[in-house]
Amino acid sequence: MGQFPLHKNRIITEIEAKNITRVEELAYDLKVREVMTPNPVVMTLDMKMEEVLEQFRQLRISGAPILANDRLIGIISIEDLIRCLIKSDLQSKLMAYMTRDPFIVKGGDPVVEALKMFVNTKVGRLPVVDEEGKLIGILTKGDITLGILNALQRDYQTEEVRRYRASHLFEDIESQRTSLILRYNIKAGDFIHGGDASSKIKRALTRMGALPQIARRVGIATYEAEMNLIIHTTDGGVIRTEIEPEQISIDIFDYGPGIKDVELAMRPGYSTATEKVRELGFGAGMGLVNISRCVDTMKLESVWGKGTRLRMKISLQKQDTVGEGYPAKTQEKNK
Amino acid sequence: MIVKELIQLIDGKVLNKSVDLSHTVVGCGGADLMSDVLASVQSEAVLITGLCNPQVVRTALMADLTAIILVRGKQPPDETIDLAETEGIPLILTPHGMFEVCGRLYRAGLESLELSISNGDCSTG
Repeated sequence: MGQFPLHKNRIITEIEAKNITRVEELAYDLKVREVMTPNPVVMTLDMKMEEVLEQFRQLRISGAPILANDRLIGIISIEDLIRCLIKSDLQSKLMAYMTRDPFIVKGGDPVVEALKMFVNTKVGRLPVVDEEGKLIGILTKGDITLGILNALQRDYQTEEVRRYRASHLFEDIESQRTSLILRYNIKAGDFIHGGDASSKIKRALTRMGALPQIARRVGIATYEAEMNLIIHTTDGGVIRTEIEPEQISIDIFDYGPGIKDVELAMRPGYSTATEKVRELGFGAGMGLVNISRCVDTMKLESVWGKGTRLRMKISLQKQDTVGEGYPAKTQEKNK
Repeated sequence: MIVKELIQLIDGKVLNKSVDLSHTVVGCGGADLMSDVLASVQSEAVLITGLCNPQVVRTALMADLTAIILVRGKQPPDETIDLAETEGIPLILTPHGMFEVCGRLYRAGLESLELSISNGDCSTG
């Protein structure tokens, strides 16, 4: 969490959830200059409070910096005007009610600096100055919200374009059978990166517009298989995913050592995993069982001394394949 | 309840540098075995676990979970925190044990998002 209560202010509750972290990034990336209101209306020292009132009313503003000889010397806000109105003192000079030496921000500062200042000082607006201290704009919390929303909108459009392109891949290309193949090489014992390939496959499917349940099933099945590969292979292996409009085929194979007894390996609870693997939360003999519950078909082949190959398919056509009970499936597989 | 309120209930600490804590929490699942999580914890659940390696974050991503609670104050390795940061999933450390955390959250009205295995459905969205 950042230092500033963005969420508390309910500025961004409407935005898609995943963008919220991006908001915090943006607070660091965006500069005050990019979100401020440039060339603000300014007041001068010789003005009377009634003139200030009239300006605020006509221009629909609630505060303004005060310049003397082109230098920023103070700020006057609607709160000051209210104090003046309570005393029925509209004839007095602005000097009597203004705030001298106001808090300022620099145009080159990241937006987060301004946010911190709003939180710490409780002021409603901050004059923005350049490196020489010359007034270049004014900043309110509303400016920041708008600036961040605009930046998010730009982000969103970029992701939309990506998604659009990805999801239309199959419509835009004409062939008798179009498919997209994603291939990942997996190293033996590389636990730190375990799940990397599966995450990428899942993300690709989401971008291509796959239903969340489909992406989740592919993710879980591939992840279990990827971990199995990393745990058991001595020579590395490959994950190859083929995406077609009607199905996803995942082919995972390694170059050894292979499984001695495939039927035994399929049995729930059977495992040959080491203590180290168990510490990682795997190796309880449930991996293949889990996979079989997520996919529509699977085939495990292995030759001891050569390698293992697991092929699985998930159909994108019929929704009723979702959630088939696994006892029936295992029976079928054990035939 | 949102993630932020859940954190208060368990005296938790967020380990991510910046992450969204405004997601609504409806329920939880607890397990130390990642295959159990993948098999029986439904999407949107908060995972309560004693494991703290990067696979916990991967598992949460695959299963579309909302947040991860690490029990018994076990400080995870940097790889775990880095991955949670990149993937934007809240990683919460609590000094309390598994039973205590489950109890507090259950009493606060969160439901169990664990499926019994005989249901056999790993894709409940």
